[in-house]
Amino acid sequence: MKNTGTLTVTTPTEREIVLTRVFHAPRRMVFDAFTKPELLKRWFGPRGWKLVVCEIDLRVGGTFRFVLRGPDGRDMGMRGVYREITPPERSVHMESFDDYPGESQVTTVLVEQGGRTTMTATVLYPSREVRDIVISTGMEHGAAESYDKLAELLESTDSRLPAKEAAGS
Amino acid sequence: MNQTQRLDATFAALADPTRRAILARLAAGEASVMELAEPFAISQPAISKHLQVLERAGLISRGRDAQRRPRRLEARPLADIAGWLEDYRKFWEGSFERLDELLDEMKASEKKQKRKKK
Repeated sequence: MKNTGTLTVTTPTEREIVLTRVFHAPRRMVFDAFTKPELLKRWFGPRGWKLVVCEIDLRVGGTFRFVLRGPDGRDMGMRGVYREITPPERSVHMESFDDYPGESQVTTVLVEQGGRTTMTATVLYPSREVRDIVISTGMEHGAAESYDKLAELLESTDSRLPAKEAAGS
Repeated sequence: MNQTQRLDATFAALADPTRRAILARLAAGEASVMELAEPFAISQPAISKHLQVLERAGLISRGRDAQRRPRRLEARPLADIAGWLEDYRKFWEGSFERLDELLDEMKASEKKQKRKKK
């Protein structure tokens, strides 16, 4: 049962990342939660962050604008434009973050079965390079592995500094 | 360079496997261009080009030894990338947990309404 709440990440082509997750609700609810500002404000964003701006013009060619405010008061803005909207099963939008490079295309497909909805979000990156970095740093493995690798790399940079007084000696 | 340009440069520099291998080597300690070229089946000028890219991205710097001009790893841009990825992961994990709660609530209120209608 616990697996249904697990975020799965795969890489079907060289410029894509696919996020899959199951929700215990009919897809019209999930679709609403993804497209209605009053609902998005209840869940969208990392813990501790609040969606302070959520403007959605839900039609083909319509734009959206989100601003998330962090616990330290830092704002993170993102914007995009809708390319396809087929409620409650499919949407395609372009997305970019104010502070990060690149625009990606996000295709969201919702499939309902037995009262559960499987969400598949395909993020198409502007280049293989950008996607590869995201992958190689290990999102696929729940990020943990990559961060371990990176942490190792970062820690070992310290090793070229004069050896610290060994702990406990 | 602003933050976005820095991230762009870091991403581009890290996209090449040879450059990643060079960084991994430098993580073990500083090394001269000769030493860096050794494990690779490519020419020293080719290695030098890779080093230029890494240097421009701020991922490596040159040591003080004027003769050897050893390269050393600079961790800061990598930390920026790690921050970017950490944000991304936190973003979706945190969001989806909250969405679970919201969907439960929506289902419960719908059931209530249906019962009222009956």
